[in-house]
Amino acid sequence: MEAQCINTLETLAPCLVRGGMDPGLAQFLSIAAGVLIVSGLPLLLVIIFIWVERKIAARVQDRLGPNRVGPFGILQNIADAVKLIIKEDITPAGADRLIYTAAPIVAMLSVILIWSVVPFTPIHIGADLDIGVVYVVAIGSVGTLAIMMAGWSSNNKYALLGAFRVVAALVSYEVPMIVALLIPLMLAGTMSMQGIVEAQQGMWFVISAPIAALIFYISNMAETGRAPFDLIEAESELVAGYNIEYSGMKFGLFMASEFLHSFTVNLLFAVIFLGGWSGPFVHQVPVLGVVYLGIKSIIPYIFTIVFRSTVPRVRIDQMMAFNWKFLVPVSIVNVLLVAFVLKVVQELGLSPSPENVHDFAANLPQTAILLVTNLLMGLVTINILRNAGRRERIADQNRALRGAERDSAIVPTAIS
Amino acid sequence: MTVVNEWAFIGVSMAVAWIFPALPLVVSWIFRPRRPNAIKMATYECGVETVGDTWVQFKVQYYLNGLVFLVFDVELIFLFPWAIAYSQLDFFAFGAGLLFIFLLTDALIYAWKKNALEWQ
Repeated sequence: MEAQCINTLETLAPCLVRGGMDPGLAQFLSIAAGVLIVSGLPLLLVIIFIWVERKIAARVQDRLGPNRVGPFGILQNIADAVKLIIKEDITPAGADRLIYTAAPIVAMLSVILIWSVVPFTPIHIGADLDIGVVYVVAIGSVGTLAIMMAGWSSNNKYALLGAFRVVAALVSYEVPMIVALLIPLMLAGTMSMQGIVEAQQGMWFVISAPIAALIFYISNMAETGRAPFDLIEAESELVAGYNIEYSGMKFGLFMASEFLHSFTVNLLFAVIFLGGWSGPFVHQVPVLGVVYLGIKSIIPYIFTIVFRSTVPRVRIDQMMAFNWKFLVPVSIVNVLLVAFVLKVVQELGLSPSPENVHDFAANLPQTAILLVTNLLMGLVTINILRNAGRRERIADQNRALRGAERDSAIVPTAIS
Repeated sequence: MTVVNEWAFIGVSMAVAWIFPALPLVVSWIFRPRRPNAIKMATYECGVETVGDTWVQFKVQYYLNGLVFLVFDVELIFLFPWAIAYSQLDFFAFGAGLLFIFLLTDALIYAWKKNALEWQ
C-alpha cells in the first residue's frame, strides 16, 4: 500500500485522504500535481528538442552545429534563452498591445495542452477524455489562431501577408488530417487516446492503415510549418512571416512552440498509429511505456528533421493544389474503401472479437486484407498520378511546339 | 478517475498553460532594458517608411478557401460518431454514412469545377 502511495499519481488522492485530508482538497492536489508534470515536461524537453533539431540539420548540411556550450553543445539553448530574456522587447508603435502580447503565449499554450491527453504508460495519462481525438484536433487549431493574432496585431504588412498565407494553408491541411483520423477511430471504436492505444495491443494501425498514416504524417508536417511546407517563414518573399515584429522572449516563445509542436505531432503519430506505449512487459513495469513511446515518436521526428533540411520549399499555389487536389480526394477515397472492406471483413467474421483483440494472431486476417487493400489503392493512385503527369508534359510540349511554329511563321512576315 | 475529474484536469491545465509560457515573459520584463525611441518603434519595412494602414481588405481567395474548409470541417465532425460506432452499425446506417461521404465528395468536385481550388 505504501509503495503504491509513492508510485502513481492515480493513488495520490486516496493516500492523502487516508492521511486525514479533506477529500476535495486531496483530489485537487493530485490534479494539480499531474497538471504541473504534464505541462512542465514539454517546456523542459523543448530545450533538448531544439538541440536535436539543430544538431541533425547541421549534420545533414555538413556543419558541426552547436558545440561550444556544455558537452556536445547541449547547453547552447539555455544560453540562447538567457540571451533572449535580457534582450530589449520592442512593441511596434501601431500594434494592438494586448493581442500582440497574448499571441506568443497562445502559441505555446496550444502545444502544451495537447500533452494533457497523451497516454505515457498504461496508467499514466493526464486526462483520459472520451473525446480525446476531437480535443487534440481542436487544441491544434488554437495554434492557427495564435499565428493570426500575431500577424494581425503587429500592424505590419509582411506579418499580415504571412499570417494570411499560413492560416489558409494550415486550415486546409486540417481536412485530410481529420479524414485520415477517421480510420484509426473505426478500427479502435473509441475516441479516447488510452482506448486507441489499447486497441493496438495486437496490431499497430500503421500496418492496417498505412495510407491514412502517411496522410496524417504529411498533413502534420504541413501543420507544423516544416519544409517542404515552411511557407510560414519564406524568407525570400515575406522577410520572416507573421513573427517579423517580434523580438526578445516573445520571439523565443514562438520559436520554442514551433519546435515543440513539431515533436508533439510525432508523439501523436506514435500514439495513434504506432501503438503508443505498447511493447513487451509494459503491463508489469508501466514506466517502460514512456521509453517505448519516446523511441516510437523520435523515429518519425528524425525523419521530419531530415526532410526539413533536404527538401526545397514549394510555392503557395502548389501547396494548396497538393492539399485540395491530391490529399483530400485520396483521403476520402481511402475512407470509403477501408470502410467498405472493413464492413465486409466484419460480416465474414474475420475481424478479432473484443476478447482476443490483444492477440496478434487474431488480428492477422483483418490486417492482411486491409494492408492489401491499401497497397492496391496506393498502386492505383501512383499510376493515375503518373498518367496525369505524362499527359500534362505532352500537352506542354505540344503547346511549346505550336508556339514555335507560330513564331517562325509570323516573325519573317513582320520583318518584311 | 471519474469524468468530472478528467475535465477538472483539463480546466486546471488551461490555467497553468497560460501561466507557464507567461513566466519567461515576466522574467524578461524584469531584466530587459527599456530604451524605446520613435525609429526603433517604427513598423519594419526594409528601411522604407510604411504607407497607409495595414488593416486593409484582403484577397477574396482567402475567404473562398476558408469557406471550402468550413464546409468540410463541419461535415467531418458528423462523421466522427459514425466512425466510433462503426463495428455495431447495421447495413442501413453504414450506407447512410457512405452516402454522406459521397455528398462531401460531390461538394469537393463542385468546388474544383468552379475553380474555387485554384490559387489565384
